[in-house]
Amino acid sequence: MALDVALLEKGFSPGKALGLFAKAHPEAGAIASFVGKVRPDGDVKALELTHYAPLTLPGMEALAERAAQRWTLDGLLVRHRIGMLRPGAPIVLVAAAARHRRDAIAAVDFTMDHLKSDAFFWKRERRGTGRSGAWHWIEPREQDAADLARWK
Amino acid sequence: MAVRIVLLGRLADMAGTGELEMPAPLEWAGLLAALPDDLAAEVSGERIRLALDGQVLAAKEDLQAQDGSEVALLPPVSGG
Repeated sequence: MALDVALLEKGFSPGKALGLFAKAHPEAGAIASFVGKVRPDGDVKALELTHYAPLTLPGMEALAERAAQRWTLDGLLVRHRIGMLRPGAPIVLVAAAARHRRDAIAAVDFTMDHLKSDAFFWKRERRGTGRSGAWHWIEPREQDAADLARWK
Repeated sequence: MAVRIVLLGRLADMAGTGELEMPAPLEWAGLLAALPDDLAAEVSGERIRLALDGQVLAAKEDLQAQDGSEVALLPPVSGG
C-alpha cells in the first residue's frame, strides 16, 4: 500500500500525475480518480487557498491512512493546491488504485468528502474587476456536511 | 516571551492581521479578553475551533498556552 500525499504551491497537471500513478501500480485492476477545478463561471477572477502548516498536511496524511484502512487499496494519491489560482485551474486530485473498482471509487469519494469539509483549508474568491473587485470568503455548504455524514 | 496567536481565513481579515502576540501564560478567558470585541464575539461561536501547538483542542476552555506556544483560531474550513 503506497500513500502519496502532497500540498502544491504551484500549478500541476492532473493528467501527468495520474499517468505516473497508473504506471506505479501496474498490478491494480482498477483506478478511480477525481479532479476538482476552479469553476470558470460568474465573475470570479481568482481563488485563493490558505492552509495552516501544523495541521493541514498532517491531517491529509491521517485521512489517507483512514481511507487505506477502510478499503483494500494498492495506492492512494492526493494532491491539493494552495495559493492563488485562476478559473479553470486544477485545485485537487485524488486517485485510488485497487484490485476491484468498488474499493477504488469509494476511497476517492470518501477522501474528497473529507478534503472538502474536514481538512484545514480556507478558500476565498475575488469577484468583479478593478475598484469594484472584492474578496469573498467561501463558507462550507450544508451539502458538504451531509456528504461528510454519509461516512460516519 | 509570549504566546503567538495565528488567525486563519476570515478571522485574519477581521483582525487586520494574521498574527498577534499575547503574554504567557494564556487561558481561553484571557485570550477572549485580549481580543477586540467583534473578534471575541466571533471566536466564541461554536463553529470556531482552537489549536494549541498543532493539536486541535476538544474544547476551547481547555487552552493552557505557555511561553513560546502557538495558538491557532480556526474558522469553518472549505477545501477541495
